[in-house]
Amino acid sequence: MINLFENIGRYFMLLAKVFSRPEKMSIYRQRISFEIEALGFNSISLTAIISAFIGAVVALQMAITLESPFIPKFMIGYATREVMVLEFSSTVVALILAGKVGSNIASEIGTMRITEQIDALEIMGVNSASYLILPKIVATVIFFPILTLFSIAVGIVGGYVIASSTGMMLTGDYIEGLFYCFEPFSFTYALVKGAVFAFIITSISAYCGYYAKGNSLEVGRASTLAVVASSVTIMIFDLILTQIMRV
Amino acid sequence: MIRADHISKTFEGRTVLDDISVEFETGKTNLIIGRSGSGKTVLLKSLVGLHEVDSGKIFFDDVCYTDLGFRERKEIRKDIGMIFQGGALLDSSTVRENVRLPLDLFTEMTEGEKRDRVDFCLERVRLVGADHLYPSEISGGMVKRVAIARAIVLNPRYLFCDEPNSGLDPQTSVVIDNLIHDITKEFNITTIINTHDMNSVMEIGEKIVYIHEGHKWWEGSKDNILQAENPELNDFVFASAMAKRAKSVAK
Repeated sequence: MINLFENIGRYFMLLAKVFSRPEKMSIYRQRISFEIEALGFNSISLTAIISAFIGAVVALQMAITLESPFIPKFMIGYATREVMVLEFSSTVVALILAGKVGSNIASEIGTMRITEQIDALEIMGVNSASYLILPKIVATVIFFPILTLFSIAVGIVGGYVIASSTGMMLTGDYIEGLFYCFEPFSFTYALVKGAVFAFIITSISAYCGYYAKGNSLEVGRASTLAVVASSVTIMIFDLILTQIMRV
Repeated sequence: MIRADHISKTFEGRTVLDDISVEFETGKTNLIIGRSGSGKTVLLKSLVGLHEVDSGKIFFDDVCYTDLGFRERKEIRKDIGMIFQGGALLDSSTVRENVRLPLDLFTEMTEGEKRDRVDFCLERVRLVGADHLYPSEISGGMVKRVAIARAIVLNPRYLFCDEPNSGLDPQTSVVIDNLIHDITKEFNITTIINTHDMNSVMEIGEKIVYIHEGHKWWEGSKDNILQAENPELNDFVFASAMAKRAKSVAK
């Protein structure tokens, strides 16, 4: 328990260092563009594949489960949209990205730590925490909400493709369901969750890497810890945000 | 000049540095030698501020470094160059980008001025033509030379080198030693080198400090190290059978 509080304390101290005034904004802008490409654009294909299949599976499951003359067919489209917007595209994609992006960040920064690259930056007079971590946080907080919207779109298209190709329902019914009881605020909710989860994944993973010690085994452990800690924190904040922003 | 005044450092109850006082002179290659685990890396990292000492003071010229806050230390660190054991080059940057980084962060130079300065430093370490390569694409000796170029790009007043020859063949080691020695003389830098390479000691050791079990055990120059009567130092210097035979023949 003491260890947990110690880690939480160190995490916030690291964040204070990360958000202190950057050395030179032009360098940070370049690094943010680089990180948007490395952490954001490089996650598009994984997000697309998973979202398309999940959208298709959700539509298929709904079609099977709601097989009743008393339930209108358009409910399949409605349920697919709600699943994608409210939970899947923000939370589940965040959990998947915690595995991909989180472990990448922890192992990159952890390797820099054990090979003394972070010490080298410190010796130069660079605020290493800010230089290495801030661009990653800014990049993911900007890009993950976009990735969330992309995931929603791809998932809904996945559902549409399965609905039209299997003949289990009319595509017109599916589209009607997509617009049924549409609440625009649910998109705001998804975007806020995307941004918050991006911050959680990036900052926790960076923390795990930044304080890695020893050898490559420790970097591996830091990477695993980053994924586990980010995932658990995402679930806790999912609950909190759902309660706060009830749609 | 860099001066350590009665510094001590403990890790988890184990004393690694015990009341060390030593002065490193400007314009000279100062060597810290000692066995593995003797505390010489901790001493070097304490001098440079990567470890906080438990007691004692460290002075950079007349400034007491240990009494300074984060921002004031940052200013002094801009005058420090350091060469790490493994080079510590940024893996994701090319040779040129590694050398250029301090200029990007701390100077208002134009693109042309930066390019000229990087070219000068790369030329100084004889690395022209390798500027587009990544650290993973160059040899160990080249990594060390890039690290030297990066360390001198801001014209430092103090240069720290942590085992600059580790993992290098004897010929390349001599090249690196001579390069560091020449740069020290050329720019009148206070250079501190942490090593256990006796070739380095005999090549460039203008001032030598021998650390044994966390204590300063002996201090002198390469001219008097061979005649020293200190038994622990002799065990270290004449560790090999060949060196022992050479010493007995010389006597």
